[in-house]
Parts: sequence; structure tokens; C-alpha cells
Amino acid sequence: MSTTRRMSQSFSQKYGKYWYKFSKNKLSIIGLIAIGGVVIIAIFAPWFSPYPKSAGLYVNFNQASLPPSFAHLFGTDEYGRDVLSRLMFGFRYSLELVVVVLSIDVIPGVVLGLIAGYYIGRWFSTVIMRVADVFIAVPPLILALSVVAILKPGGINAFLAIALAWWPWYTRLVYGQASSIRNEDFVHAAQLAGASSTHIMFKEILPNILGSILTKVSLDGGWTILIGAALSYVGLGAQAPTPDLGTMISDGAAYLPAQWWISIFPALAIVVVILGFNLIGDGVNDMFSSGIR
Amino acid sequence: MKVSWSSWSSWGFILKRLGYSIISLIGLSILIFVIARVLPGDPARLALGPNAPQSAVNALRAAMHLNDPIYFQYGYWLQGIFTGNWGIALFTQRNVLLDVEEFLPATVELILTAAIIDIVISVPLGVLAGRRANTAVDNAVRLISYLGIAIPSFVVAILLQLVFGYTLYWFPIVGRLSLGVAPPPTITGLYTIDSLLTGNFGTFLNAIWHLILPAFALALGPIAQEARIMRSSVVENLGKDYTLAEISHGLPERLIMLKYLLKPSLIPTLTIYALDISAQIANAFLVELIFNWPGFSRYGLNAMLSKDLNAIVAVVMVAGVMFVIANILVDIVVGYLDPRIRLQVKSEE
Repeated sequence: MSTTRRMSQSFSQKYGKYWYKFSKNKLSIIGLIAIGGVVIIAIFAPWFSPYPKSAGLYVNFNQASLPPSFAHLFGTDEYGRDVLSRLMFGFRYSLELVVVVLSIDVIPGVVLGLIAGYYIGRWFSTVIMRVADVFIAVPPLILALSVVAILKPGGINAFLAIALAWWPWYTRLVYGQASSIRNEDFVHAAQLAGASSTHIMFKEILPNILGSILTKVSLDGGWTILIGAALSYVGLGAQAPTPDLGTMISDGAAYLPAQWWISIFPALAIVVVILGFNLIGDGVNDMFSSGIR
Repeated sequence: MKVSWSSWSSWGFILKRLGYSIISLIGLSILIFVIARVLPGDPARLALGPNAPQSAVNALRAAMHLNDPIYFQYGYWLQGIFTGNWGIALFTQRNVLLDVEEFLPATVELILTAAIIDIVISVPLGVLAGRRANTAVDNAVRLISYLGIAIPSFVVAILLQLVFGYTLYWFPIVGRLSLGVAPPPTITGLYTIDSLLTGNFGTFLNAIWHLILPAFALALGPIAQEARIMRSSVVENLGKDYTLAEISHGLPERLIMLKYLLKPSLIPTLTIYALDISAQIANAFLVELIFNWPGFSRYGLNAMLSKDLNAIVAVVMVAGVMFVIANILVDIVVGYLDPRIRLQVKSEE
């Protein structure tokens, strides 16, 4: 009982220290607020959005291509759909993408990297890294575009294609750090004490590289949304009438410059999301970095 | 211990990298080939269209070796790559190799221009911010960096078109040359260089004029990235003992900044710079689409949209080769700049 309390106390102290380091940079807080806001808007889009019908198959040509006004803060598109409402629903697709891709990729990527890094020099370490190199031999956007084009354009396939192109970057990151940490004294000490390899990999090495992994995860929130938007922009990602920021930008680009609001507002929304994830990433990096900065 | 750059170990290191890269590229070709072949649907039927008679489809299947096991098919494909037969692209109806030869120079020209814009702007910006760390100048550069990193290149492209094309009419919105301007005779395929070589200065200026907006759209993100890295490495090196020693010896600030500080500060910057340049072939996919730039990336995109398997496989491989070559060049440049890396290679052997 008392042990549990002491444990939980030390956890809250630890948590407090991390929060202190994270919040020292005000920009990280701004990023957190921005992304928090986006998440809330996405979850409650059906209730928050002024014209929820605009998210689906809906036309109202009487209201088509209206400039921003009080009735339609971000204007309406060529079908008379409210741009703000579609944008709010578009966040849903973007966040789904982040959650799906990262939950497919992070754990296998990290575990493979740990194994390859800890057992550096063994044949399976070489095999893992050579396979990862195959996926890294071409920029992720091109691999994702080709795979989704070959499979069949669409939302789910876009998720899978991006996930296929993304995992080796985690493997490579973890491999680099794990292969150098394995030579540290505390790892040798654990080996001498008879700790199992699994214990050393997950309890000794992993906590030391968690900072870089979490930093990458928070930055990747932005980058996967960017790639997803790029796929949609060219027509290989989310298909109509799914509201998606990339599709909205590319559809609206046809009406530039007269009806600029159709594409510019979704474009700004993407910028806000990527910036938000970047600022959070900087904060997470500060959280785990020691010493004065 | 003196280690010269031309020593065997450095070249051994590069040869080793080259070997690994070739293995990666072979792996990539197998990956993309298998994905392209195992999908449901008959490539021969796809090539001939739904109305072709079954006998013609069967003949084409035999000609494309589609009835053989997949590893034989891969072997035939690999043989074709090295003998110049890259397969027919369905949407251009000719050898993919010819397509690549036609469209690649436009993309190379675009990426090189972006690379020049990038380094010319980012390094001075980073030095400026680093020298005036924590001042208004530094904060302004930081703000630009954050925005530059967060704005996707295709959004930059649209914004540039909107402001400088549609509104101010300063720059053209599409293409490599104005209507009525004849392309220079093909020597390298790069319009700027070809027009200079043939002494056609008007065409040269026209080509540059068309390059500026798309190249800048590509360069903005990397500029932000490199300026940020340059800034932090200048700040770091300014605090090093050797810099303090130089200052205390009374060396002119200009000399310190331009000679002794620039080189070590450039190492991390150039590493990221080269990686960014090699990734530009991916960003070019969208920027070329927006500026209607008749390049390799737009070709690749058309191949993908029309599900043209021969062309898609070729596009991925050409992009992979360019990416891998750029990455090896990074290692060479960084090894040249940073003697510690060369020494490390030596001591490992």
C-alpha cells in the first residue's frame, strides 16, 4: 500500500517535471492548444459545424460560391456547401489518418529497430536493416503514391500505403540509438547481472530513447497529414464526397483567383495543423533533453 | 596522424555505401514489381482495353511473359531495364525510357534551380540569425522558419500563383517557356543551359522567368529547415574555445565568420540540405502539377492516375536511383568537410 503511494507520488513528480520542461517554451503550449482545438472540433464536428449537411452529398446551387459572410464565415463552394463545415469534418479524416498510420507503424518500427540495434552484427539485424533500406530507397510520398495507385485510389488504401512507406524511419531512428546505447556501462552491468535480452531492450535501452521516439511521433502527426493531403490533392486519397482538406484545396484551385476562399481556408487549416504538431514536437524534445537550453 | 581524403579507406567507405544502395534498389524493384503484378486484373487486358478480342489478349499475355512464374517475369523485366526496353507506357504509347529521357531534364532543371535558391538564401539567413542570436532579427528568422516548415510546397505553389501570377502579373503561371518562344535545341534538355550554349539570351531569360515561382515553391521548406540548422550550429560554434581564442587573438570578425566558423557550421546544414534536395523529386510531383510543368514528376503522376504499371515501376525506380545517388553525394561532401568522419572510418578498419 505504502509502496504504491510512493510510486504514484514519484510518478506525479516525474510528470510535473516533464510538464515544466514542456511548458517552459510558450510556443509548445500554443501548439498543444491548436491541436487540442482541432481534435475537439473533429470529434464534435456534427454538432459544432453550422451546416453539417455540407459534409455529405449535398447541393444548394442558390448558395453556390458565396464569399465569406456572417452566414458562411469561410464562404461556400461551387455546390453551395459551407466551407467551414466541410473543413471541420475534414479534420476528422486527417486525424483518423494520423491515428491509423502511427498505430500501425510505431510499435513494429520501434521493436524491429531495438532488435536490430541490440543484436548489431548478427544476420537478422542485417536483414532487418536491409529490408528497411529498401523502403527508404525512395521518398515516402512517391512510394505511397505508387502503391495507392496500383491498389486502388481511396481513403483506406491511402492509409495503408502511407503506413507501408513510414515504418522504416522508426526502425532506422531506434536502430541508430540502440546500437550506440548497447555499449554503455549500465547495459553491460545489466548483462553481467544476468538480465534477459528482452529486459535489457525494453527496460534498459527503450526508456533512454523514448524521448526521440515521442518527438518523432509528434512531428509525424503533421507529416502524415501532409502526405495524406498530397495524396488527396492529386486524387488518389479520400474520394468525394468525403470532406478532406487536400481534396478541398485541389477542387478549389480550379476557381482561383476569383473564389479564393474555397481552397485558401483549407490550405491555412493544414498549415495550422502541421505547425501545431511541430511546436508540440519541439516541446516534447525539450521535455526529454537534459541540461540547459 | 595524417589522413588524406584520397586514402583507400574513404573510397572503401563509399564503395560499401554504393554496394548497399544497389542492394536496396534491387529490393525496391522487387517490391514494386511484385505489388504491381500480384494485384487482381490482367495487365494485358488493361493494355488492350475491354473491347479487344480474347485471342489478342492471349497473344499479348504470351509476349509479356505473363504466363510464366513471377520470378521469370522479374528476370525478363530486369533484362529489359538493362537493354533499354522499359516496356510500353499505355498513355503515351511508347517506350517508357523515351518518356523518361524527355521529361526528366525539366524536373532536374527545376530541382537544381530550387537547390540554388535554397542555399543562397538559407545560409546567410542562418548566419545572420546565429550572429544576432536572441534579437529581433533572430526571432524574425525563426518565425519565417516555422512558417516555411509548416506550409506544404503545394500550398506555397498555390499562394505564389495567386499573389505573383493572378494578382500582380509578375510571373507566368504555367509551363517552361512563353507561348511563341521556341525551345532551344536539345543538348542537355535543360532550357536555361541549352539556350546559353546556343547563345540565345532571350530564351534564357524567358526560361528563368518561368522557373522562379515553381522553384521557389519547392525551395521554401528547405530554406526554413537549413536556416534553422545553420543558426543553431553557428550559435554552437560561436561558443567553442577555438572561436574565443580567435577573438582574443584579435582576428577580424569577418575572417572568423567567413573562414573559421562557416566551414564547421556548414557540415550539419549541408547534410540536411542534400537530403532535402534529394527529397525534392517527391515535392515536385505536386508543384509540377500546379504549374503545369512538363516534367518527370507530372509524367509520373499521370502514370499513377491512369494506373500504367510499366510507367509506375519505372518512375519509382528512377526516383529511387536519384534519391540514392544524392544520399551518397551527401556522405562524400560531409566526409570531405569533416575530417573526424574520415578518421572514424580509418579507425574502424
